[in-house]
Amino acid sequence: MIMRPSNKVVTLVILAAIILIAPIFFPSSYYFRVGSLIFVNGLAVTGLVILLGYAGQISLGHAGFVGIGAYACALAPVHLGLHPALAAILGAFLSAVIAFLVGRPILRLKGYYLAVASLGFGILVSMVLSNEAQLTGGPDGMPVPELGLRAGLKTIGIDLSNTEFWYALSGLVLVVGAWLALNLYDSSTGRALRALHGSEVAARTVGIDVAHYKLQAFIISAVYASVSGSLLALQNKFVTPDIAGFLHSIEMVTMAVLGGAGSVFGAILGGAILTTLPQVLTVFQEYEQLMLGLIMMLVMIFMREGLLPAIARRLRGRGE
Amino acid sequence: MSLLQIEGLGIDFGGLRAVNDVGFSLKPGEIVSVIGPNGAGKTTLFNMISGIYAPSRGRVVLDGEDVTRLPPHLLARRGLSRTFQNLQIFQSMTVLENAVAGHHLHDRGSVFADLLALPASRRRTRASEASARALLDRVGLGRACQQEAGSLSYGALKRLEIARALALKPRVLLLDEPAAGCNAVETEEIDHLIAQVADEGVSILLVEHDMKMVMRISNHIVVLDHGEKIAEGEPAAISRNARVIEAYLGAQATEVQNADG
Ligand SMILES: Nc1ncnc2c1ncn2[C@@H]1O[C@H](COP(=O)(O)OP(=O)(O)OP(=O)(O)O)[C@@H](O)[C@H]1O
Ligand SMILES: [Mg+2]
Repeated sequence: MIMRPSNKVVTLVILAAIILIAPIFFPSSYYFRVGSLIFVNGLAVTGLVILLGYAGQISLGHAGFVGIGAYACALAPVHLGLHPALAAILGAFLSAVIAFLVGRPILRLKGYYLAVASLGFGILVSMVLSNEAQLTGGPDGMPVPELGLRAGLKTIGIDLSNTEFWYALSGLVLVVGAWLALNLYDSSTGRALRALHGSEVAARTVGIDVAHYKLQAFIISAVYASVSGSLLALQNKFVTPDIAGFLHSIEMVTMAVLGGAGSVFGAILGGAILTTLPQVLTVFQEYEQLMLGLIMMLVMIFMREGLLPAIARRLRGRGE
Repeated sequence: MSLLQIEGLGIDFGGLRAVNDVGFSLKPGEIVSVIGPNGAGKTTLFNMISGIYAPSRGRVVLDGEDVTRLPPHLLARRGLSRTFQNLQIFQSMTVLENAVAGHHLHDRGSVFADLLALPASRRRTRASEASARALLDRVGLGRACQQEAGSLSYGALKRLEIARALALKPRVLLLDEPAAGCNAVETEEIDHLIAQVADEGVSILLVEHDMKMVMRISNHIVVLDHGEKIAEGEPAAISRNARVIEAYLGAQATEVQNADG
């Protein structure tokens, strides 16, 4: 699907409307929890859209950055005495630095070579988190301090339950993340990324420093992943190394590709579906995993470009 | 004073000497054509000049500076731009975006400004869009702006590549078979466009199999065969050169006869 400038406004308005209106239909507070999980996943996947959808570069190790963001919120308040919000910012900064150092050598690789190298990075992070047991509590994980913002809001008269608060905060961060990604799409940087995706050789001949822009996309998407990890850790108030694991990386890429890696809204939709589908599919009991796998295969076979772009194309086709 | 100077340029692929000891020069506003049979090494020569291949021997001098083995994006900054024989289009971008992407060196700025859509960033994009529209009008694609580039015909994509290359505001423009796959009318339009661009002072290096076009617009012709320069001179002299006729023009003439008959 080709995004027009107006698509930015449309996407943001629809996204904000869904976030604001959905709670009216929530029968229990459990749904706020599911909602905030969707937003947190959506944020990480939006970052991947910049790397995968715009620049066409794969990473199977982005959960590593999710882990860095999550553990920053667990460790920095205890060891550095930082406020958890500042710890999240420190995590994002650290992720950017590590993405810079890791991205430079591995982004020279292409296709499945890059996939394997990035996979290695993700595994490395989750190994460190599991093995440094004195610091991280090892595979059993460790507690994460309370963000404290909710109490602050209460003093100014905004009284939200815990699940409502996290729904609102994650939703807000997701909208900001989507806004930034959509701004990027239609800018010089975004065009450079999409150009090198289309033809690296042509991108270079119009003056695009391909290595530089790939690295930028990698760093930006790492920061998205890190913030998503921080939000997840802070709302769960607990974190285990699984958050940085290989399965989580794969899940993120699957969400992006299933929804439509080229569009921000599609990727968020993919995140929403893969977050909720397993819960919906519990009606199939022991066949749950089987159904999930089957649905994923069918989507990719019949809607190669992803759910949202395929649906949009079909709707447009009917309109003409 | 020559703007682009090629000296003893050569490259080997394994045992194959694809190009060997080729030299010539290009003055501002001049149109130099490189002709020769299929596989003569024309595209390979372009790839060396534009930094895509690293030559095994020789030098490329641009405006007095040795630019041999400089990567393409740095050559672009020095005013060298090109099109491709085998199209290199940004397929999933619109026609307009393809042409805007050619303005990269004129509209790039801080990534933070781009993320936040600061006024400066939006202004840069708008300026590039205005310039891109004018260029697309110039190559006859003004009305296709919002189409997905992948949906254009081959001839239209060739012109889109020219618009994108012109977006750099180049000093030297390399065109690799710009008229291939175009009908007679389109070929004539491209012919005019090239002459116009050269009139504005841009030096043009052209590879083209359409001999009528080459003979009409070139100031100077370089003939390659099996990677070697076999002749060089003005169009009239080249069309009479016995070696050139034997290696290339003879075959072209037969082809034309066959096509006509
Ligand atoms: N990357 C490469 N690796 C190996 N051989 C190559 C490579 N690029 C070109 N060649 C060889 O170099 C020779 C010259 O090819 P080139 O494409 O430059 O010819 P050309 O003159 O552009 O022909 P045409 O008129 O068909 O476009 C050919 O024998 C080709 O097979
Ligand atoms: Mg060629």
